[in-house]
Amino acid sequence: MKLHEYQAKQVFADAGIPTPSSQLAETVDAAVDAADDIGYPVAIKAQVQVGGRGKAGGIKLVDDAEEARAAAEDILGMDLKGYTVDRVLVEEAVDFTNELYVGVTMDRGEGKPVAMVSTRGGVNIEEVAAEDPDAIAREHIDPSFGMHPYQARKAVYDAGVDREVAGDVASVLTTLYELWTEKDGSDAEINPLMVTSDDEVIAADAVMNIDEDALFRHPDLAEMQDEAAEDDLEAKANEYGFDYVRLDGNVGIIGNGAGLVMTTLDLVDYYGGEPANFLDIGGGAKAERVTNALDMVFSDENVDAVVFNIFGGITRGDEVAKGINTALEQFDEIPKRVVVRLAGTNAEEGMEILNTDLVTVEATLEDAVQRAVEYAEEDSQ
Amino acid sequence: MSVLVDEDTRVVVQGITGGEGKFHTEQMMEYGTNVVAGAVPGKGGQEVAGVPVYDTVDQAAREEDANASVVFVPPAFAGDALFEALDAPVDLVVAITEGIPTQDMSRVYKRLSETDTHLVGPNCPGVITPGVAKLGILPGNIFSSGNVGLVSRSGTLTYQVVDNLTERGLGQTTAIGIGGDPIIGTDFTDALELFEADEETEAVVMCGEIGGEDEEEAAQFIAENMDTPVVGFIAGRTAPPGKRMGHAGAIVSGSGTGTAESKISALEDAGTPVGDTPEEVADHIEEIL
Repeated sequence: MKLHEYQAKQVFADAGIPTPSSQLAETVDAAVDAADDIGYPVAIKAQVQVGGRGKAGGIKLVDDAEEARAAAEDILGMDLKGYTVDRVLVEEAVDFTNELYVGVTMDRGEGKPVAMVSTRGGVNIEEVAAEDPDAIAREHIDPSFGMHPYQARKAVYDAGVDREVAGDVASVLTTLYELWTEKDGSDAEINPLMVTSDDEVIAADAVMNIDEDALFRHPDLAEMQDEAAEDDLEAKANEYGFDYVRLDGNVGIIGNGAGLVMTTLDLVDYYGGEPANFLDIGGGAKAERVTNALDMVFSDENVDAVVFNIFGGITRGDEVAKGINTALEQFDEIPKRVVVRLAGTNAEEGMEILNTDLVTVEATLEDAVQRAVEYAEEDSQ
Repeated sequence: MSVLVDEDTRVVVQGITGGEGKFHTEQMMEYGTNVVAGAVPGKGGQEVAGVPVYDTVDQAAREEDANASVVFVPPAFAGDALFEALDAPVDLVVAITEGIPTQDMSRVYKRLSETDTHLVGPNCPGVITPGVAKLGILPGNIFSSGNVGLVSRSGTLTYQVVDNLTERGLGQTTAIGIGGDPIIGTDFTDALELFEADEETEAVVMCGEIGGEDEEEAAQFIAENMDTPVVGFIAGRTAPPGKRMGHAGAIVSGSGTGTAESKISALEDAGTPVGDTPEEVADHIEEIL
């Protein structure tokens, strides 16, 4: 789960990390009032969870009320990489001499947290990491102990941060690590951490992503989850409790287990089709869940045909068949052709129940995918 | 022969009194697994499926000589349950639980490095030595005994591949589901090392997926240390960057690490053929044996 910039900044500010003064606004008038209040120049920043907002025109620096109004009018309501902007952060523009990067993330290869500092802030840090890995100082941390004070200093000095601000940067990094731990962060980043002409540091941007598996112990953060920012279908999937990812193709895909569903997507592509989605109904799904899954995929207007692939372990073929029947029997005419392949636990019982007037049955995964790709081509609108 | 699980494996089930714990204990016993105890705090003295329940793993290990644990404990308490198993200690811990917070697993992983215990999972289907025992939730009936070792991040994909193998009479020594989380105990390299040392395993199938660099490291291990032939499969070729494909660990990062492409080319460079479909994996194994 990603926090918005304004939410992450609030979390950082509450923990004592210096941030520019700012106000959130949802209308043009409110944005101009906020800008007048803060004092010019200010930055007007779209609050959407995509990277590269500046380049895409989602961040504007303004010097007076007239410019503020024009910028707010441009940004509010704009479409930024598929997301509509409905909020802007109006923020004091910081006069800086230098831009740094500080971050904390989980190094999954090492199974340990890693704290990072670089003097090449203000640009895409992943590009820096790819081009010049030595430009980022990294310090792995023992998760049972936490970050030793020397480790924060070491990362800062190794990165080559000016000694005038080294102490303050180390202190920001220490706080960032503590927040990352306390909030079950997956990533916490300040990019850029600006250095001003009088050697103060200030967090000009803020990224805080939370481990979704840990949200149960952070009800305050769970409340910040932004349903509205999601694609309608993805929001519906959340409601049903499915792992769902929407893609651009026209072959709808439903299956059980992440690896097998991914494989089904790959096979659709391999046989010349284009997957419309990833939908994992999970283990042990009952009939109702199966019905909901079909409902989801049918409501995606891009879908022209559906492949339903189940290999039952704890999922039972008879339950799946019942769910498919219920979903399809409510229609006078089946909206999209469905190809079903059932294997594993109770697959035979399932095949006996399945209403084969309503679906096409195939015995193997490969055959089922090829048939669905064929149908999608024939029925493509 | 086999790896991790054999006739001498004596299992304690942590979380045996829960719905899943009870159901799968019965299934494991039906398959022939020697389940000797359960462990659930506050439930000591009860019996589940004829198995005595203890309050702690330590008691279960002492009283019933358990040397392996299967964990069905809910995610909020699973990190603690894993510490308990590691400290008992037992030789093998199989963690079925899905959704354990990553930072909890990071601390467990640190502790694991200080022990000699093998941890499989979490978020995994378990380990099965066909005809002998299974620890976890894998459906026993699709497996058959033979000479192919199998290691996979995904449960149902394992079933699919095993089904293709079994249908052609290609049985398995042991199948290990290592799980789809970002931080896991036994990784591909650990599993390959076990299979390389096992005399009965004549070929290994390795089913990877997008995310992380575990498959790339395994490819290096294959090139440098393995005589036993390996056949690969990688799921997630069509996954877009930045989206979590079901498994918490199955995500291609924004900067493009963890892609299927990089994993496939690493394996192929190590001389490991990679199947485009599960059928093709079985084709390759058939050619080798």
